[in-house]
Amino acid sequence: MAMILRRLLPKGTRRSNHLGGLAIFGAVIVVLVGLIALLAPWLAPYELNYLDMTRQLEGPSADHWLGTDENGGDILTLLLYGARVAVIVGLATVSICTSVGLTLGAVSGYFGGWIDEVLMRLTEILMAFPGILLAILLIFITQEPSLLAVIGALSVSGWAGYARLVRAQVLSERDRDYVEAARAQGFAVWSILFRQVVPNIMAPVIVQATFGMAGAILAEATLSFLGLGPQDLPSWGALLDQGASYFLLTPHLAIFPGLAIMFTVLGINFLGDGLRDVLDPRALTRH
Amino acid sequence: MFSFLLRRLFASVFVIIGVVTLVFFILRAVPGDPVESILGEQALEVDKASLRECLNLDRPLYVQYGLFWKDVLDGSLGHLCDERGVTVRERLVANIPATVQLALASMLIALLLAMPLGVAASLRPYSWVDNGSAVVALLGISIPNFWLGPMLLIVFSLMLQALPNPGSEVLGLSALILPAVTLGSGLAAKLTRMTRSSMLEVLNLDYIRTAKAKGLPRWKVVSKHALRNALIPVVTILGLQFGALLTGAIVVEKIFARPGVGMMLLEGIEARNYMIVQGCVLFISFTYVLVNLITDLVYGWVDPRIRYD
Repeated sequence: MAMILRRLLPKGTRRSNHLGGLAIFGAVIVVLVGLIALLAPWLAPYELNYLDMTRQLEGPSADHWLGTDENGGDILTLLLYGARVAVIVGLATVSICTSVGLTLGAVSGYFGGWIDEVLMRLTEILMAFPGILLAILLIFITQEPSLLAVIGALSVSGWAGYARLVRAQVLSERDRDYVEAARAQGFAVWSILFRQVVPNIMAPVIVQATFGMAGAILAEATLSFLGLGPQDLPSWGALLDQGASYFLLTPHLAIFPGLAIMFTVLGINFLGDGLRDVLDPRALTRH
Repeated sequence: MFSFLLRRLFASVFVIIGVVTLVFFILRAVPGDPVESILGEQALEVDKASLRECLNLDRPLYVQYGLFWKDVLDGSLGHLCDERGVTVRERLVANIPATVQLALASMLIALLLAMPLGVAASLRPYSWVDNGSAVVALLGISIPNFWLGPMLLIVFSLMLQALPNPGSEVLGLSALILPAVTLGSGLAAKLTRMTRSSMLEVLNLDYIRTAKAKGLPRWKVVSKHALRNALIPVVTILGLQFGALLTGAIVVEKIFARPGVGMMLLEGIEARNYMIVQGCVLFISFTYVLVNLITDLVYGWVDPRIRYD
């Protein structure tokens, strides 16, 4: 696993060959959750829309290993399908945030001037909304929150952090000798920026994207818990919302979705910590 | 210092103008008629017209924007236009103390948990104590507070019956403990890691070596010399996390059925009352900007080594 991970990392970003045990453990969890999301229809014991109204809020049994929810749905089935929502939201949000943040941050840091001023003021305004407050506001304006609305809201509120990180990295790289050499050789500006500078600043971006994925999964679960998540899909947060309502009656309903969220986020954080040690050891002194 | 203060104040004012403008235009992008959202489709036309006029929705957008700024600057944050005739500020003022109480209590709990754990980890780096505190900190960051809350309720309210259930009549400290622990756990995790790294940095400085060479007892070196200086970045993080606590309070207040700004926001969302939503969002954002500004300014005051010029 460690070898596969090391091979997956872009060339030039590998600072050490040592990936800690916890990071491997995290990577195993991440791969498992990914596989569950992919294979949910084959792994789930029941159909996604299975409901048995005669068996609502039951505890774990031979028929329903993790019990049933308030509609008589099988919790294990809902959890397995819920992994899909978590993975899709995590991957899509991080991909959008990284792409937008990388492009705007690189342009801002490299060109400076009014472009930098405008973009950085915009990021400051977006970052004045703590946590998922901006996402809540954006979801509020959609009449019926959908998966796309959640991804969109989390992306709008999330790209600013990446842009600031990339800008800071580009600022420290843009006057280096290799960039001067590329300029002297007559490379086009976009080629210098995205083929020379950006590959050299990817290490902290990859680390932040890993933590960002955990953050996006947690944010989606939080939105679903607050009733602002995708309404038509099973989400771990929405299940937990049910669980919190019935915790006196059926504690299991709150326990299992929470464990799923916790292990997924913990696994990604372990992986992120390990990647930071390998890719960006300077960060250890920054934090 | 004075020029830094001016620059920082100017930047904060600019951010606040941006936040107000963004909130105004996002909420005006709500599809459908906000009046129908509040009153329902079946409401009488005369009632709808009256509410539309009260909320200034019958005016052009630029006039609405100007009137919105007037409401922000006079602090009323607009009228709710209900039968009680209260302003958003009055509703907020009734809810703010509970949220601030919760945020401060969670900060205190986070400090009480993080300080000993972070210091212990820094005194024996890479030992089992350090690794244990790292795992606890990662757990604290990874456990969502909307799961921790119900779990604490199951253990302490349901099984041990030591603390009150959510929504029960019991008030005071015992009703605050579980919500504060739930909200403070993530912050405690971050502070533990910050305390550890900050202490490790300070413990390697020359003046600590001098203090040890003078023969001072270890506890005195750690508590009087190292910890005081190591606390500066920790206090900064504490200030910067206040905004996150206000957002976290939305979830925690829901779990424990506590009144507060978070519950007010959720009620506003459910009723699709955008006056309440915008009031709560503006309050949380303004507080966040203000606390960040104060933290930045206080940083230089508590650590005289920091120069802004």
